Amino acid sequence: MKNKHLDAIYNGIIRENPIFVLMLGMCPTLAVTTSAINGAGMGVSTTVVLILSNMLIAALRKIIPDGVRMPAYIVVVATFVTLVDFIMEAYTQDLYASLGLYIPLIVVNCIILGRAEAYASKNTVTMSACDGIGMGLGFTVALIVIGLVREFLGAGTAFGITIYEASSVFEPIAIITKAPGAFLVLAMLAALQNKFKMKSATNGVNGGKEKGCASDCESCGTCK
Amino acid sequence: MHKVSDSLSVKASPRIKPGVRWQTLMFDMEIALLPVVLFAAYRFGFGAVKVIVASVLACVVTEWIYDICLKKEMGITDGTAVVTGLLLGLTLPSDIHLYVPVVGGIFATLVVVLLYGGYGQHFMLPALASRCFLLISFADQMTTYTVDGISYATPLAVLQEGGAPSLMDMFLGNINGSIVEVSTIAVLLGFAYLIVRRAVKVIPPIVYLISFVLYMGMFGGHGFDMGYIGAQVLGGGFIFSAAFFASDLVINPRTAAGEVIYGVLLGVMTGVYRTMGFAPESVSYAIICCNLLIPLIDKFLPAKKKEAA
Repeated sequence: MKNKHLDAIYNGIIRENPIFVLMLGMCPTLAVTTSAINGAGMGVSTTVVLILSNMLIAALRKIIPDGVRMPAYIVVVATFVTLVDFIMEAYTQDLYASLGLYIPLIVVNCIILGRAEAYASKNTVTMSACDGIGMGLGFTVALIVIGLVREFLGAGTAFGITIYEASSVFEPIAIITKAPGAFLVLAMLAALQNKFKMKSATNGVNGGKEKGCASDCESCGTCK
Repeated sequence: MHKVSDSLSVKASPRIKPGVRWQTLMFDMEIALLPVVLFAAYRFGFGAVKVIVASVLACVVTEWIYDICLKKEMGITDGTAVVTGLLLGLTLPSDIHLYVPVVGGIFATLVVVLLYGGYGQHFMLPALASRCFLLISFADQMTTYTVDGISYATPLAVLQEGGAPSLMDMFLGNINGSIVEVSTIAVLLGFAYLIVRRAVKVIPPIVYLISFVLYMGMFGGHGFDMGYIGAQVLGGGFIFSAAFFASDLVINPRTAAGEVIYGVLLGVMTGVYRTMGFAPESVSYAIICCNLLIPLIDKFLPAKKKEAA
């Protein structure tokens, strides 16, 4: 991809999707994805915080002393989370009630701190904003997908609209909307994206065959 | 073949004497389960047969499709999926909606077994794990038992409310419950056949029985009252679980000492669930919990042979 801004966004959504590839932010992922709406709410609020904190940290990256950068990042992130928290409490009360504690917990979401440390502290404001948009969208999309699957299988609805109801033919599998279902669905979806995306010896058209390896990268390192 | 950290993984299976083949073993299991299935057909009629067939078909078809999709060697011919399906179907109530055994069969085969690398690599009993999955998902259906259209309490529920069910009725199957809970005699017949064929581990079930009886005697609140303990042993899925699940050849510790510890754990966990749990019947939860402890038992009591380095 030629445009570096678009590339940063694409990177966040697909190549380094925070949920399915980087496996970051598992706590909100597992906890709030009982429905697609909850997942979307969580994803959007995290995205807003991520973009704003990425931009501010990138702008301040030459001012923040290296020794206290973590506390400084936390203060920046916490400021934006508090803003989002109050805004959600004022305008989207239902969503705020169902997300509950997980909104303040965005402060310690490892996606946000991770991107601040790994990206925003080394890149320009525009690039950091693009990275925030990409990562945030990737997070949101992943949460919506997980929420949708759990909602559909576990409650027979999609975005709150009833698709099917309990009958003698089929009944929603209640466990999917409970905690074990979160782990099951997340693992299955991560496995599926791995199957269809990752190139390895057992995967893809020519995969590892061209390289002539068994994708045992740890002991090889030729491809790096 | 698979090299998951050797100390924690269950060795490539089946861990039985060389020369005995998976297929023979599974055929023995099928024969041993035959009396139970026949008794169920006699006791519950066509409904129970439909549930068992649905469960078996779900397991076999799931594995077949999985093997085709991932271009693997066909695994269904060895009969493991059939046995899983039989075991699962037998633990369900006889008049349940047919999608329940189907969902259960898919979960048991796909999630518990195939995704972990196939039969022999799984770490908990597929049929029981799936039963727990169904218990949480379809709680109402899974705990409503009807015979000939009439629904009444299972012996364990009676017991929990302070009643005293008849031991003879329980032994003969003149009671209510899931398909296996009523067929004690048939289960014992099948177990005897398996012992003769040497297709089961004998230590864990026996230790399980002893430790469970001792636990219920000491902490059950009724002392060593034969009526109470007898009802606890004969009620619910205890006999079937001891005979067919605790004796599993794969999901068991590797050493004899480990098997004894596993049996004791099973007995204590079952007792704890029975005396303190909300549900009258929770043998499946107890056994699943203990399945997870097997790697630990194996770690602290490693096999003496040098094969497990």
